[in-house]
Amino acid sequence: MEVREMICINCPMGCPLTVTMNGDRITVTGNTCPRGADYAKKEVLSPTRIVTSSVRVNGGTIARVSVKTKTDIPKGKIFDVMKEIRAARVDAPVKMGDVVIEDCAGTGVEVIATKSVARA
Amino acid sequence: MRHHDIVIVGGGPAGLAAAVAAKKAGITDILILERDNVLGGILNQCIHNGFGLHTFKEELTGPEYAARYIARVEEEQIPYCLNTIVADITRDRQVTYINREEGLVTIRAGAVILAMGCRERPRGALNTPGYRPAGIYSAGTAQRLMNIEGYLVGKEAVILGSGDIGLIMARRMTLEGAKVKAVAEIMPYSGGLKRNIVQCLDDYGIPLKLSHTVVNIHGKDRLTGVTIAEVDANRNPIPGTEEYYSCDTLLLSVGLIPENELSKGAGISLNRVTSGPNVNDRLETEAEGIYACGNVLHVHDLVDFVSQEAALAGQNAAEYVMGQNAAQAAGHTIPLVAADGVRYTVPQFLETAGMRDSVTVRFRVADVYKDRYISVYYDDKRISRTKKKVLAPGEMEQVVLTKKSLTEYPQTERITIRTEVE
Repeated sequence: MEVREMICINCPMGCPLTVTMNGDRITVTGNTCPRGADYAKKEVLSPTRIVTSSVRVNGGTIARVSVKTKTDIPKGKIFDVMKEIRAARVDAPVKMGDVVIEDCAGTGVEVIATKSVARA
Repeated sequence: MRHHDIVIVGGGPAGLAAAVAAKKAGITDILILERDNVLGGILNQCIHNGFGLHTFKEELTGPEYAARYIARVEEEQIPYCLNTIVADITRDRQVTYINREEGLVTIRAGAVILAMGCRERPRGALNTPGYRPAGIYSAGTAQRLMNIEGYLVGKEAVILGSGDIGLIMARRMTLEGAKVKAVAEIMPYSGGLKRNIVQCLDDYGIPLKLSHTVVNIHGKDRLTGVTIAEVDANRNPIPGTEEYYSCDTLLLSVGLIPENELSKGAGISLNRVTSGPNVNDRLETEAEGIYACGNVLHVHDLVDFVSQEAALAGQNAAEYVMGQNAAQAAGHTIPLVAADGVRYTVPQFLETAGMRDSVTVRFRVADVYKDRYISVYYDDKRISRTKKKVLAPGEMEQVVLTKKSLTEYPQTERITIRTEVE
């Protein structure tokens, strides 16, 4: 049996949640509404995040282009994804939505540009 | 002297939304003046996601949110000047600006919309002792350096203040390989959004030290460390609680101040709590035909609300230019009073003659409250109340006043918004 504490982020209430995992059975206490229980279950079973960062641009009007993972990725993969993002380079011009990395860190998720950078 | 129907000072989220709304309301002669070399304002450096949940029902990054409004400005062919600094605005709506192409120009505006945004409270406003070494940045400056100019500002950081930009930067620096040792917040609660505390600090195991502040800054040329101490209920450091943190970077996220030098120059009175102009329900300042919206009016938590507010200012300015400003008709002015835990209201006045069917009043509370009502009083009569499980200073609240309910009490002399326990 494993017990984890977390704060619900669905609304400003910020309920302190206690999640008890007993094999396949997950119980959530401390929540005031059903959204809290859903959030807690997702957070313990498969927490995911969208990662946003920036990538160096060669020959652009600015030095970095902002990027994001196109969809959310497993939370445990954040630093693997960042490692590839930090190593990446793109040439200007870059258009918003352009794919910067195709399958980032084996997640199957693309990293795309979130702004356009013109050639200097 | 050249004339434009509407001149908008600032091409950030507020200015863009105001321009689009003014165009939609029928004004074609609009000019946006922007000091940066791109439109979009602060959103350009806010590369994290979470923008637009209210406006577009999806989670966008700052640049993506800005791009949607910029695209609409381009589609509508609304003229704008970049690299243009507004030097002066007068009460009778003469706007003087400077840029390289035109030099110094003074134009006359049918209406002016103030959308200059806000700036960060600097170190000098904190009275923190110690030397002035390199390595101390406001969080927004560090954000610009990292996200646009491409510099990692430091390798070991402490962040003072738990405003949203500080929280976002804690995660940003961590992702780029820096070690963020702590976030110190002098108040017993965070000034940032709960979502940011969880996803920027808890996710990365960064401690949030509430009721703590930086009491000393060490290092002569480059920052070498800071001393953090616990504070008492009066925010005075408690002797014996000092703790040393070695670090090469200190980020300050200690509040935002609306940028109102131009408003002051025009003789517009500012509100002591918001540091923004006092406005009526049409978001018109006390100078006729000059409107204000976005962070120059009061600091917002979400850009979605900036866009909403700015669109209203744009529409109202358009109606004013077209001579439909019913606020000039007969009616009376009702002050809105913030009381019992409500720190301020925007707008500060309501003009009954020009009132729309509903008016959104935005405000912030003074402390963290649990299980309280937000109540609206017309003079001494309670008109409505809403139960709130929790209220926090970091999250903007709102109530909606309707013209219908006010017409039932035509003698109302003031409207009070307050929190109530019972």
